[in-house]
Amino acid sequence: MSSGSNTQGSNRTGRYYNYAYLDEQTKRMIRRTILKALAIPGYQVPFGSREMPVPYGWGTGGIQLTAAIIGPDDVYKCIDQGADDTTNAVSIRRFFAQVADVAVTEETAEATIIQTRHRIPEKPLKEGQILVFQVPQPEPLRGLEPRETETRAMHAYEEYGLQYVSLYESVSAYGYIANTVGYPTMIEERYLMSPSPIPKFDNPKLGDNEAILLFGAGREKRIYAVPPYTRVRSLDFEDYPFETQTWEENCALCGAEDSYLDEVILDDAGERMFVCSDSCFCAERRASGHVGTMGDHALAHLEGGPPAVASPVAEPA
Amino acid sequence: MSVAALDLTQIAPGFADPTIDSQAAFRRVMDAVARPGTIQDLSSAPEAPEGLDRAAGAIALTLFDFETPVWLDPTIRGGPIEDWIRFHCGCPLTQAPAEAAFAMIAEPLACPPLSAFNPGNAKYPDRSTTLVIQVAALVGGRSACLSGPGIKVRATIAPTGLQDGFWPQVQANNARFQLGVDLLFVAGGLLTALPRSTRVTIKGD
Amino acid sequence: MAYVAVKGGEAAITNAHRWLAEDRRGDPTVAEVGVDQVREQLSLAVDRVMSEGSCYDRDLAALAVKQSRGDLPEAIFLMRAYRTTLPRFGYSQPVETGQMSVRRRISAAFKDIPGGQVLGPTFDYTHRLLDFTLAADGGGPIEPALQAIEPQPYPMSTIASVFDHEGLLETDPTPAADAPEPFDLSREPMTFPAGRDQRLQALARGDEGFLLSLAYSSQRGWGSTHPLCAEIRLGEVAVEFAPDELGFPIEIGELTLTECQMISTVTGGMEKAPEFGRGYGLTFGHCERKAMSMAIVDRALRDAAELDNAAPCQDEEFVLYHSDNVEASGFVQHLKLPHYVDFQADLQLVRRLRREYAARETAMKEAAE
Repeated sequence: MSSGSNTQGSNRTGRYYNYAYLDEQTKRMIRRTILKALAIPGYQVPFGSREMPVPYGWGTGGIQLTAAIIGPDDVYKCIDQGADDTTNAVSIRRFFAQVADVAVTEETAEATIIQTRHRIPEKPLKEGQILVFQVPQPEPLRGLEPRETETRAMHAYEEYGLQYVSLYESVSAYGYIANTVGYPTMIEERYLMSPSPIPKFDNPKLGDNEAILLFGAGREKRIYAVPPYTRVRSLDFEDYPFETQTWEENCALCGAEDSYLDEVILDDAGERMFVCSDSCFCAERRASGHVGTMGDHALAHLEGGPPAVASPVAEPA
Repeated sequence: MSVAALDLTQIAPGFADPTIDSQAAFRRVMDAVARPGTIQDLSSAPEAPEGLDRAAGAIALTLFDFETPVWLDPTIRGGPIEDWIRFHCGCPLTQAPAEAAFAMIAEPLACPPLSAFNPGNAKYPDRSTTLVIQVAALVGGRSACLSGPGIKVRATIAPTGLQDGFWPQVQANNARFQLGVDLLFVAGGLLTALPRSTRVTIKGD
Repeated sequence: MAYVAVKGGEAAITNAHRWLAEDRRGDPTVAEVGVDQVREQLSLAVDRVMSEGSCYDRDLAALAVKQSRGDLPEAIFLMRAYRTTLPRFGYSQPVETGQMSVRRRISAAFKDIPGGQVLGPTFDYTHRLLDFTLAADGGGPIEPALQAIEPQPYPMSTIASVFDHEGLLETDPTPAADAPEPFDLSREPMTFPAGRDQRLQALARGDEGFLLSLAYSSQRGWGSTHPLCAEIRLGEVAVEFAPDELGFPIEIGELTLTECQMISTVTGGMEKAPEFGRGYGLTFGHCERKAMSMAIVDRALRDAAELDNAAPCQDEEFVLYHSDNVEASGFVQHLKLPHYVDFQADLQLVRRLRREYAARETAMKEAAE
């Protein structure tokens, strides 16, 4: 069999591992799973998830998806919480630079594959791009029903009453739907889908996206997908419509009014600033001259990387 | 399942670099399924045995293996195409369309009804057959207008040489979503896909 | 201190790895422990890592124990991550534990059984007193164990063969020649209801501590199976493999295994002759606590089908989904990753809820005045 167990690899670690780490049979299995996931948008396809060299819960689903699709011509970007420089994003990006010989980038527009945890980039994605989500819990109903046997039947027969009851209970308790992240979505009016723990701020970007959206849950062994130009509805009620997060503040670094903001605590007296969660978006705005109220803050000057961190750093005054 | 010995001297080569070439081919197939009706280019794939188009061969090399029972249409059984697929993919062959993970159809006029293949089940609709249907050309036949996931507004495909009554079968296949088979049309080095999620309307219907 | 993502991650990670390497080595004036020393002298740690790591290789498991600084779940994870990259040549023939070269075999069901009670190397009747001579100088020369006067029978009969002629003990049907290959969790995701093959594989890979606690809970009445230790055997078995090109099996190696057969609740009655049920445990190496726990939980899961009110140890989804320590450890520890985007969303919500609460309070107060 010529395509069975090719272990040649042009990468530096090729002596020990196949190109993109996974063996070819595993890649084929994941590729077949991806095709079924695209053919049945929003449906969670079980797959023979493998043990990866990073822990379950740390992106093994996303890593397996990326490893199955990536090639030497790709440009790879990896973000966590919207930022390229968070430790786990750095670690995963380094992994693929090493095992797949790909170019890496922090620029959203340059990337052909963007792997993400908890965010969708602010800059709209384009045809030809693939967004790979790391998913801790693929089952949107799991918090309401712990048994897989039960939730699988609910999806099979489109019985989503439990989800609506839960949203209604939220309305009764708080006067509105209080869900904030992992806000449940309906794909093409058929499958209830977890968008992964992105803030609901990002939910509107799921529908009619130009890019292919792939979701990988390694520990739970599920892959699902939203093809481009797919109808994605965030669940709501006529009198309690879906709404996203907004801030009174703008980004303190770039002044953006419409991006998802992180809160950075400046001291123990309640002083804080808000900055874009999407580090690439913020940097590009600053590069083109946008300045926020604290544009001089140290966080705006991190592109070159600070000295090695060996112990906790004192908070900038 | 036939397990006759293979004459290895007669087997044409597969991908020159199985790792990189199958990755590149997969991305074309993934794009095809993600964007139904778009035409994807697999013409850099190696030449397959006579009677099997390059694109069909590339799909086999990329997706078939010992985990996927494959149904070959009777016109390509027991010959060089079967030998080539068995050698390169190591896949079990099945005579029962309902047991097939993939079906390779070189002669669409001889294709069993789509309902003969595995549509998956309500809890596991992914356990369904993917059909590779080889046609003379992807354009020039009767136009089918497509809409649904992956399609911005509308798309059109017009594969030639399909049996009468084929499109109503595709419509019926879509109508029983989440169940259904998924279709990959190939012609020469080109590929277009019609997953079960795609809604099809035929002009004049 | 604020909680912001560690910036300059690349440098931080590199440095953390260096620091970790220093800590692993410990005081450099103390001799470095060799992998061979771990393999020979921490052999039960090695056995557990092979067992739960699903990979039988004493040297690699010893390396994993050394590299993980003795953190066994971490060592198990290293083994699993390595194992998953290995090419698969095929499946071996089932091993025959009845043909085991036995080093230890005990039964609590009978005073004596054919072949006798063979204690073997066990902690069982040691007094748990710290042996300070081990700390001082390695304890000096070790008195060799005495050889038996009469050679042990081979093969050593199993508890099943003891019960055979009366049919008192439940037997497993021999699979048909054309039966499908057993379920393989390392290739396929868990499905429910799980077959016994899938269950046993999951339990064999499962965390010893988790299974021990479940087994203990069962003994205390949370899904009791009335277990009785029919047989524990430890020893070496041959592994055979039948390559396609040969068409007959050849011996390719030897495994040390621990097997436990638990007798449990009497089953049958009206439709089927009453007999003792069984629970089964099997591990690589010498992992007796694990094999016994596995056998009890196996039985508990088999009893569960008829129950409406399953105890934790009888709940298949609960047990199988939560027994893998590589999955569990990864997911619990992933909480160390930044979650500040989600937390920001929750912060916003709580602040809003508090504002609304305060407004209501004020309104109520005003209305009362």
